[in-house]
This record gives sequence, structure tokens and C-alpha cells, in this order.
Amino acid sequence: MGELQKNTRFEHLLRLADTNLILGHRMSEWIGKSPILEEELALTNIGLDLIGQARALYEHAVAVSGEEDNRDADDLVFLRDAPEYKNLLLVERENGDFAHTMVRQMFYSAFAVPVWEALTRSVDSEVAGIAGRAEKESLYHLRHASEWILRMGDGTEESHQRVQDAVDALWMYTGEMFDMDEVETAAFEAGHGVDLTAVRSEWEKTVREVLTAATLDYPEDCWMLKGGRTGKHTEHLGHLLSDMQFLQRAYPGQKW
Amino acid sequence: MVSTPPHSDAEDRQALLEHARAVLDQVCDPEIPVLTIRDIGILRDVAMDDDGTIEVVITPTYSGCPAMGMIAIEVELALAKAGIDAHRVSLRHSPPWTTDWISDDAREKLRAYGIAPPKKGSNSKRALFSDEVITCPKCGASDTEKISEFGSTACKALYRCRNCREPFDYFKCI
Ligand SMILES: [Zn+2]
Repeated sequence: MGELQKNTRFEHLLRLADTNLILGHRMSEWIGKSPILEEELALTNIGLDLIGQARALYEHAVAVSGEEDNRDADDLVFLRDAPEYKNLLLVERENGDFAHTMVRQMFYSAFAVPVWEALTRSVDSEVAGIAGRAEKESLYHLRHASEWILRMGDGTEESHQRVQDAVDALWMYTGEMFDMDEVETAAFEAGHGVDLTAVRSEWEKTVREVLTAATLDYPEDCWMLKGGRTGKHTEHLGHLLSDMQFLQRAYPGQKW
Repeated sequence: MVSTPPHSDAEDRQALLEHARAVLDQVCDPEIPVLTIRDIGILRDVAMDDDGTIEVVITPTYSGCPAMGMIAIEVELALAKAGIDAHRVSLRHSPPWTTDWISDDAREKLRAYGIAPPKKGSNSKRALFSDEVITCPKCGASDTEKISEFGSTACKALYRCRNCREPFDYFKCI
């Protein structure tokens, strides 16, 4: 097992942190607009968990990068432009209707659970610690989203159609999650990362179980869009960042 | 000649460390004031480094717990009030906090406060569609229903008792 290069290690942490942050921010966009009060609590709590996981990872990434990079966690979040963000494309997709939000959440959480579980065995003890808690939190998120998909899929004709539309529309963004590129491979070989090929089979099993229970069709193989992990994003991320980063861009260094 | 035995440096250090520990054992969780941060397991370690600085290690409960910043401030305030100015508070994620670290005594305090305590050792459950039986902290009935998996704070779910009709918080397992 070779030593992981510092910049690869930083990059690997950043990808995971960015994905959680962006999805967390998407959840925060539901504040004040949720269908019912309990759901308002759920969506914001899920968002809070995700942003908390991201924060721990950013802080650790900053510590790992050492003095060569003098940015702190807030700088990473508020002062990077879209091409410097390394999140998965799936999580930057707009909220759409409630069915879209829940399907996106289920797709991501079904991936996050086995990823965090594998990371509890990371050679980096801080990451293993963050992962131990995040795995259990992600299980709650997965269960919550799955329950809604079950209810909507097996609900009225309209709810069924909406959730099936969401499944079909988001499917092409799921393939990227399992892409073992250079960074993922190096991280995995050094004991810092995850074998995403193994994660794929667990993900497919979970998703199939949920969709089947919800009387929904499991999509056929199709072309998959990728690029998020290398900074090639859809236009949705730019709009999200302009909202999220507004304050620090307009009033640099402003504190609460 | 009568004299008090000279205090050794080691004795002073030990006394200061014990004082710091006693002070920190009194710090309460800002969101669940019936529990101390020791009861919940947030306070992981209190030690002293070579130059006499008190090193406090705390661990977050839920990743998104907004109270962590407040807890760090309460720790610093408690030490400062006790005259222990040389201190440092750090956050450690490993090993990850789990509700299993909440002591039996603390679970009883939670129940008396109206919060159903977390189940022990049930945090590895992976079933997607299932409900666990949570006992009402007010009347003890097990005929309860989940209103929301996510409650007033990151660590709680919202339940309702079908027997006494009261809503209550359940401290979720992680
Ligand atoms: Zn009751």
C-alpha cells in the first residue's frame, strides 16, 4: 500500500465534501416551501447533516493540505467557482417537484451508505470517524426518501407518474458515481478510498428494492453523463453558487 | 520546626487537572440541559500538556449539530470562570460518537425530562421500511407512532403516544 500524494488526498476529500455540501444546500432551498411541517423539519435536518458532514471533511482537508494552501473551510465553500467544485452532477440538479427531490436523495443516499461504511475502514482515522457517524445519518436519509418513494409510487396515478418521471430524468446522472478514475483508484489503493465498483452492486440492489416496492420501473441501461468530479458541471451549479456565495462575494470577509 | 510539606510540582499539576475535570463535569448540553456533556459522551478527554495547559477534547454528536460551537464556548467559559486560563479545546471525530455512549443514569434523566431515550445497540439496523417500538416517556405505553423521523433538533424524532395522546421527542440512535 503506497502513500497517497498530498494533493490527491486533498482532492479526494474535496470531492466527498463538495457533494455533501451541494446536496445540503439544495435541501436548504426547501425551507419555507415544504409540503407539510414535518417535511420541512426532515428536509432541513437532512440538509444540516449533509452540511455538517461536508464541514468536517473541509476542515480535515484544510488540515491535510497544510501550509501550502492557506485557505480555510469557509474559503473553500464561498470563494471557489464552479469549475473548482468537484461534486457529483446528480446533487446539483435542481429540486424540481417533491418527487425529484426525493428520488435524487434516494439515489444519493443509497450510494452514500456503502461509501461511508467502507470509509469507516479508512487508514485516515479522522475520515473513519466522520464516516462512522455519517453512515448512520445516511441510513436515516435513505429510509426517509425511500418511504416517500414508496408512498408516491404506490399512490395516485399522478404521484406515480411524477416519481417515475423523476427516476427516468435523474438516471443518466447516476453512472458517474461509480467511475473509478485516477483519483478514486489512487485513494482506494492507498487505503483512503472506496472500491466504487463494489458500491455499484449494493446501490443497484437497494434502488431496485425501493423501486420495485413502489411499483416503479427500474430504468434500462442508458448513456451516462459525467464530469462533476473533474469540475465539468451543468449550468445548475453556477446558479446555486451565485446564491450560496452571494454574501461573501459582495462583502468579502464578512462575519456573522 | 513546623512547616507544611512542600507542594511538589507534580501534585500541583494533578490538583489543577482534577479541578478542571470537576469543572467540566458540570457543563450542561445547551439543548438538553438535564444532561451534562460528560453524560452524553461529548466530553472525550481532559488532559494537561507539559506547560500546564488543559487540553479538552470534545466530539460532535450528529454531524450537523449546531450546538457544537456553543458547547465549545461553554467549555471555555467554565474553565475561565474557574480561573483556568491556560486551556485549549479541540474537536475530534474519531472514534465516532454513538448514542450507546449515553450512560444508563443519563437515559433515566432523559426519560424524566420527557424525551424517550435512544435504544441501545440498535444503530446498525439497515431495514428500509420498518418501525421500532418506542415507549412513551410520560405514561410508559408502547402504543406509540412516529410523526416525523426528524424533529426539533438533529438528534430527535417526533412521536405521539396513542395511550395518553401526548406528543414526545425520541432521541434517535446513531
Ligand atoms: Zn403516553
